[in-house]
Amino acid sequence: MNDKQTAILTLDRVSKSFGRPPFTVNAAQSVSFELHAGRTLALVGESGSGKTTCARLVMREYTPNEGQLLFKGKPVATDNAKALAAYRRSVQMIFQDPFSSLNPAHTIDYHLRRPLQLHRRDLRGRQIDGAIEELLTRVKLDPKIIAHKHPHELSGGQRQRVNIARTLAVGAEVIVADEPTSMLDVSVRLGVLNLLNEMKRDMKLALLYITHDIATARYVAEDIVVMYAGQIVEWGNVNKVIDNPQHPYTRLLLSAVPDPEMRFDDPKAHLKAGDVEEIRRLSAVPQDRTIAIDQDHFIRQVASSRAA
Amino acid sequence: MTAPLLSVKNLTIDYIGDTTDFRAVDDVSFDVAHGEIFGLAGESGCGKSTIAFAISRLHKPPALIRSGKILLEGKDVLDLNPVELRDFRWREVAMVFQSAMNSLNPVLRIEAQFYDVLHTHQGMNRAQARERTAEMLRLVDIPPDRMKDYPHQFSGGMRQRIVIAICLSLNPKIVVMDEPTTALDVVVQREILQRINELRRTFGFSVLFITHDLGLMVQFCDRIGIMLAGKLVEQNTAEKIYGDPQHEYTKKLWASFPSLHGEAITDGAAS
Repeated sequence: MNDKQTAILTLDRVSKSFGRPPFTVNAAQSVSFELHAGRTLALVGESGSGKTTCARLVMREYTPNEGQLLFKGKPVATDNAKALAAYRRSVQMIFQDPFSSLNPAHTIDYHLRRPLQLHRRDLRGRQIDGAIEELLTRVKLDPKIIAHKHPHELSGGQRQRVNIARTLAVGAEVIVADEPTSMLDVSVRLGVLNLLNEMKRDMKLALLYITHDIATARYVAEDIVVMYAGQIVEWGNVNKVIDNPQHPYTRLLLSAVPDPEMRFDDPKAHLKAGDVEEIRRLSAVPQDRTIAIDQDHFIRQVASSRAA
Repeated sequence: MTAPLLSVKNLTIDYIGDTTDFRAVDDVSFDVAHGEIFGLAGESGCGKSTIAFAISRLHKPPALIRSGKILLEGKDVLDLNPVELRDFRWREVAMVFQSAMNSLNPVLRIEAQFYDVLHTHQGMNRAQARERTAEMLRLVDIPPDRMKDYPHQFSGGMRQRIVIAICLSLNPKIVVMDEPTTALDVVVQREILQRINELRRTFGFSVLFITHDLGLMVQFCDRIGIMLAGKLVEQNTAEKIYGDPQHEYTKKLWASFPSLHGEAITDGAAS
């Protein structure tokens, strides 16, 4: 991906595999992407394509087998506790399940007070109360009503907003959102996505938005990365990729998105099982060569059906 | 019009609380014709799953059916005694749940799980059951020789297809599917629903399909009912629900979907 300014976070040909040979699973193969301030990168793919592995690599939950992570242009030092703490402060995660990611025994006030006490040492006494109020207002929750409640008293959408406030409390610069809306009701999804969009714009956050719903990707992201079997198969500007998909797997993924215009009885809507298998088989073959479709739209070369 | 296969009439279901009752389903009526796919859409908590459970009388206290009728070919499901009910479930109404792929027994081979159903309901012996199993697996594109495998040896989509095959093995008249593909990714979802659509054309069973994904529902269903807070607020053909929604809530539901092509939406979403 071409960079105009220095990226906050760069993954440079990062690979991660699990298990020992001959049973290794290559969950991420030579994955490269960049996150920029004020921009969202959407990472889409089916289950098992390596999306969450990428998120965990970014969170430094896994160490890569190969390749490196660059934070503001410098490799992340693993032997420097201070630098690592600073990294963990700057890179925060929002989880898929809002029902299990807040401690049921504590109030919302506590959930925000702790990170402020630990990471914002300059705040004293009353200032913390003020900061909590400000954070809750920012995510459009009423501090007077919400602050003293426990998680079970809130709806899924409200909890996800608390999670977003929590990432902001520590002063995050990069937010990794792993399917933040997939467990929410359709009618509150847009609200949470709008909030993420706003945060990105106002606070110059870099957002990594992981999803299997390619339609919402277009709604929040500027750039998109499509993964299959641990490889990035197509990437670039979100509109160019969705309107003019070039890799067969991206086409397959887009054609399967529910489209109310096309009924299942329509022969054009019919996916042939044989074709699907063929695309899957060919897309899973590791490939080094990339092809530029446009200056901000790339695909990985597709294996020819005979060679595979 | 011929008599409908399933007819739900003025169904009202309450969840009994200590002090107050919660009305989950409020005076809902709809019909499902032979061979038709009827969809129920709505947010979580609107009562759509409660209806699904009530149809096969799987609802448990504190849920209580206050009034109404559930008629399957003219016979009221609510009047069945336990023996009749055991016959009625699976043979007439089969059900696929949201996490159906986790409802297979992990320590039994697929073959044994088919045998359970076929032996209990149709008194088949092992050999007959094996034959029927092979036939059903072929229908859902799974090689019959894999019936000797355990559930963990299949992917999520395959397990979901196996559950559907078990459901169909007794030739039920109607299959109730409660968010059958929500846990699966879009390509697998499309493959499974496409298969179900073909199978119902071949065998002529009806489907009651429940989901919150309106776009998918319009593709798959013949007619759709939209539920809001226990009430059925709109009921129409799929084309009409998509092209000409009448109720304010249906319009709002549509507005809350980011679409793949066309204009990005910003406001007007349902709250």
